[in-house]
Amino acid sequence: MLLDPKAEIMVQGITGREASSMVEDMLAYGSRIGGGVTPGKGGQTVHGVPVYDTVAELMEHHNPTITVISVPAPAVLDAAMEALYFPLDLCLVMSERVPRLDTCKLVQMAAKRGCTVIGPNSLGLIRPGVAKLGTVGGRLDNVQRSYCPGEAAVLSRSGGMTTEIASFLTSRGIGQSIAVGIGGDAIVGASFLDLIELLETDDQTKSVVIYGEPGGTAEEDLAARLIQKGSRLRVNAFLSGTFVDDLQGVRFGHAAVIVEGERGSVAGKKAALRAAGVFVADEFEEITTGL
Amino acid sequence: MKFLEHQSKSILGQFGLAFNHPVVVTSTSEAVDEVQRLNTKAVLKAQVPMGGRGKAGAVRIVAAATSAETAANDLLNMKLGGQPVHQISVEPFVPVKREIYVGATWDLGVKLPVALLQSTGGVDVERGADTTAVKHLDPWDGLAPFQGRQMARNIGLTGRSLIELGTTISCLCRAFLDLDAVTAEINPLGICTDGQLLGLDARLEIDDDAGHRQAKAIAQFGHAGTGANHRPPTPLEVEAERIDATDHRGVAGRLVEFDGDLGLLIGGGGASLTVFDAVLHHGGRPANYCEIGGNPTTEKIAALTTLLFTKKGVNKLAVIMNVVNNTRADVIAAGVVAGVRAAGLEPETVISVFRVPGSWEPEAQAIMAAAGVQALGREVSLDRAALLAVERS
Repeated sequence: MLLDPKAEIMVQGITGREASSMVEDMLAYGSRIGGGVTPGKGGQTVHGVPVYDTVAELMEHHNPTITVISVPAPAVLDAAMEALYFPLDLCLVMSERVPRLDTCKLVQMAAKRGCTVIGPNSLGLIRPGVAKLGTVGGRLDNVQRSYCPGEAAVLSRSGGMTTEIASFLTSRGIGQSIAVGIGGDAIVGASFLDLIELLETDDQTKSVVIYGEPGGTAEEDLAARLIQKGSRLRVNAFLSGTFVDDLQGVRFGHAAVIVEGERGSVAGKKAALRAAGVFVADEFEEITTGL
Repeated sequence: MKFLEHQSKSILGQFGLAFNHPVVVTSTSEAVDEVQRLNTKAVLKAQVPMGGRGKAGAVRIVAAATSAETAANDLLNMKLGGQPVHQISVEPFVPVKREIYVGATWDLGVKLPVALLQSTGGVDVERGADTTAVKHLDPWDGLAPFQGRQMARNIGLTGRSLIELGTTISCLCRAFLDLDAVTAEINPLGICTDGQLLGLDARLEIDDDAGHRQAKAIAQFGHAGTGANHRPPTPLEVEAERIDATDHRGVAGRLVEFDGDLGLLIGGGGASLTVFDAVLHHGGRPANYCEIGGNPTTEKIAALTTLLFTKKGVNKLAVIMNVVNNTRADVIAAGVVAGVRAAGLEPETVISVFRVPGSWEPEAQAIMAAAGVQALGREVSLDRAALLAVERS
């Protein structure tokens, strides 16, 4: 399962404004952060966490198996390459607006090293009552109000909707085993498909709620996998952005059509998921159906 | 960023690709002059950032100056995808013995760039698809000429055009990677009678998130600027973009203008889509779509709020966000109240819904209460909040 509670965490870009308040919230929830890295700021501390100039230096003093990357988008690939030189299990990339080519290279490199990537453009993930990674849930009082331990996994392409859905489940007495903001970009590391594979073998998880959006093929890929292999998990889904289907004008070029065909539309995604036996909620409040 | 045909040809031409480069004109008389100067059969094309121009009648082949005048006039008075045509290109007509399709794009499922080759180019390439060669690229190394020749062989090419096509695909893939492209295509690529290759039409789109390292290509032409609506941005959208750019922290923009009168200040990305769907579902008429995310400053939120009230007919604003994580609800509340007052309005009369639960929620509730607005909590779902916004508009 992602995010072993005993695993040590490092934070790259730890001295940034967002990262600093994230570290405070993560520590308050019980996450184990060993150290952080910001080039040029070695020797400082952030909420008691030591800061190093390089990952190599941090590794002399700590043994993290998880890294959280919160650096400006143009520096993400470099930061990830620096971290992936060392054996890591999990790399969370929070930064937004990472160039697609950089994400592609990062995902390729991580796959070679056997490291799972969540993101980019992810708010993080949380195992309620255990630990959290990233800014998911925000401040401690809100995390505790929004999340509670249980048997439903939440996988969302939107960071905001991760907590919205979990909070709604909590209000209906449905706890969560894990909640993951998989990242909002067209290409992300672990997608619905990869995470469902992980959850299949997790005894705590009995059901999955996914949140999907227009574009990309994450929902269609999941549907194809469910049809091919089946699943012991109940899968519910909610997709928004139906109105975007109507905005699509004439396509720019043929390349995307050749590769993606008609995939990408919300209507198409809903149909694919339904054909795979997924319960697709037309209205948000129906997402608890059958859970 | 999408580039027009002539821009795409010019940028891609820097990577060793051969194109039939046009002269671009903005008036009928210039077009006629250019056709006369060429003194040969010529092709006139509307320069708009969209595909399917051939089918839309935006490509004309003219033999003499008289027909050039009619064709240029027609094109300049045309609207394509709702956009007026400001520029047309004039290039010599080049006879070819065959047209093929060459492109590079992203295979999102596989998470890799992919090179594409089809034995039939032109307007029906999507359906024609008699023979297609597909090869994923290494994101570091691109595609070697020999791999390009294998693709060319796979669609049945031989002789000189096979060798040339191998190089062409390799160059196009190099351009795709070096330019951070989302799409780069040559369609059709003409095979001339002597076996030489010539790009007759080209299309290039660059990743918006790579602007910082593609400044050269962008500065050379600017970009063709089409948003989600496939039309040029409206003044309201341009101003929202400017406000968002005033400070790098957080997002308070990504605004798309619509015809209605219900002002929406919504976020984050997923919740914006959810709320917009719900507003339409409940029969509301949104004035705009927008996204707030991350941790924007009070000033940015205030400026965006004031801006929304400048749109004619907008006298109610619904502020709806998901249970916020890293966004501070109190910052949103303070910004909205300041923005409403800056527009010369009273929060309690114009804010129909304020639903921003989550981090710093008690502080946000206090700010709204002081302004005479009762903030809604998470027990009101996004869908219900949207319904309330419609009912109170």
